[in-house]
This record gives sequence, structure tokens and C-alpha cells, in this order.
Amino acid sequence: MRQVTRGTLVIDADRCKGCELCIVACPPRVLTMSRTGNATGYLYPELAPGCTGCTACQQVCPDFVFEVYKYHEPIVSGSDAERMQ
Amino acid sequence: MSIVMTTRPPEAPSNKVASFKPTLLQTEEHHLCPGCGEPVAIRLVLEVIEELGLAQKNVSIIGHGCYGSFIMTMDVDSTLCLHGRAPAVATGLKRMRPEVAVWTLQGDGDMTSEGLAEILHATARGENITCILLNNGVFGDTGGQMTASSVIGQRTKNTLEGRDAAYHGYPIVIGDMVAAMPGSAFVARGSVHNAASIAATRRLIRKGFQRQMEKKGLSLVEILTMCPTGWFVPASGGADYMMESLGKTYPLGEIKDIAATEQA
Repeated sequence: MRQVTRGTLVIDADRCKGCELCIVACPPRVLTMSRTGNATGYLYPELAPGCTGCTACQQVCPDFVFEVYKYHEPIVSGSDAERMQ
Repeated sequence: MSIVMTTRPPEAPSNKVASFKPTLLQTEEHHLCPGCGEPVAIRLVLEVIEELGLAQKNVSIIGHGCYGSFIMTMDVDSTLCLHGRAPAVATGLKRMRPEVAVWTLQGDGDMTSEGLAEILHATARGENITCILLNNGVFGDTGGQMTASSVIGQRTKNTLEGRDAAYHGYPIVIGDMVAAMPGSAFVARGSVHNAASIAATRRLIRKGFQRQMEKKGLSLVEILTMCPTGWFVPASGGADYMMESLGKTYPLGEIKDIAATEQA
């Protein structure tokens, strides 16, 4: 499947308290909770390709664990990109 | 599904579009519960203060509640005052230093249960202050007891069967009371349950501070915040629960804006 990634995050996973508000807030649904806990035992969000850099996760996060970056050029991955090569 | 590396900034050319915390917060660390809405509301206030260029000329008057812990980390001048007395303290400060943006931060227990008289008298006097009310319907700091603004049917630590109007009375809708008084300039209600409402709430807070600096009167911005611990719901379900319970009694939006009335 063709995937365009326009942004990315820095996640300070060890400060996360696992409230999962970012999971439902993410419009492209690219955040999922981890299977293992962080330093304090809470599950934390992990990012899959497809982030748009919309900052919704950063805005809803009560624990300030997100920093959002937007790429100058979108990164295209998946079948379309492979075909082009 | 593949997982993207998120431990350090990307190597590909990129712009940082959002930081961890607002500049006026000294650290990201705080001890509030998972899923709490108050840090989000406080971030909005601090961002608005910075946007309006008030970073060096504002004083926060903090009531009693969980949000009080931010007095140590907010990079603004602060006074912690007696329960519910924030608008009274703010009155004194604003009258001595009229050029300074004075804002109060109170919870619903602090404003509607303990200090109802202070906010109503400050409004009656038409003080030029901005009051921020973090409304979650419980005394979160002491473990989730009922406040005057808990909604009918709300389960709290001392209304385990739900708030009953016949026994516990009806909730006080402070926003509507303040809006009905001539001393208020701007009254609005926002919430922090999703990204769209957070953006709308930021605009409301901005207007609240603008009306103060225009010397129009008291501005009250009520923000519905999640308290999943006090509501006995999972942290992830706090936002939905809030809009199903508090959201029905406290509709979101602007209640009064004196600037809009003057133009008409």
C-alpha cells in the first residue's frame, strides 16, 4: 500500500503515563500502544509510517511527551514508490 | 506494522512544528494523574500569554486544587491564595498594578463551592481580571468528592449512586450566572476533550485576556477538563465520559462577549 509520511514525532516514552488520549486523537491512526511498559511500567504510544505532522497528539497530551516535526519533502513508501523505482 | 524511530529528532530535513511544552513552563514533569485535562488547559493559558506578549507583565492567582502544583513550574509570577479567594486577591493586585494582566486559575470546587461569593462580587464590581475555571465536577485534589457543579446523576466519592437533585440539589452553572451580571465582559466555555475543542478553547482564552487589557470588565473562561481518577473511569474513557455527563449540562461556546454587543 502506498504510504505518504509528511511528519514525524519525538516521543519521550519514559514520561508517558499511558492515558491513550493520543491514540484516538490521531487523525491518520498511526499511533498504537506498545506491548511492553516504559521505565515506570506504563504502556506508551509508538508511531507507524503515515504521520501527517498535524500536532493533534501533541495538543491532547497531558504529559507533554510529543514533539512534532514536519518533513520538507514527504517520504513516500509502499508499492507505488517501489514501482517507480 | 513497522514502527518509526521516535527517540531523537529526524535526520531528514524537517521543521519543528510543535515543542514538548510551552516556553513559560520550566519542565514537562508533573505528578497529575494519567488522562488529566488540567495540564492541557494550563498549557493553553501559557501559550496565549506568550502570544499576547504578556510574559513579562502578568501575575497568576492560583486557587486550591491539583493545578496548584504548577505554581512551582510555571515561569510566571504567582500567588497561591486561600480556598476560593482568588478573585478577591486578584482585585487587590489589579487595583494596585492596573497595567499588569492578572489572571486567576481555579477549579470548580474552588470557585463554585468554596468561593462563590468572591467570583460573584468581583463580577459585580466589574474588575478587569481574567478568571480561568477548570471545571471537572469533582474535588479532584481530595479524592473526587461532589462539588456544587457536579451534574445530576454524576457518580462521585460521596454520591456513589449518582447526584440526586432531590437530596443534593442542582448544579450551579457559574458561567450563566456571571454572564447575567453587567460587570462581566466576556464569558465562554471551552473544553479539552479533543484537538478541535482545544484549538477553540485557545481562541476563547485569548479573547478573555484581550477583554481584560481593553478594560472592558471581568472575563471568565470555563474549561471542561477530564478527571478520570475522580470519575472512576479508565484514563482513555475520560474524554467521552466528560462530554456525555458534564457536556450536556455545560454547553460549549461563547456565552457573552461585550465587544460583539457594542458593535451591534
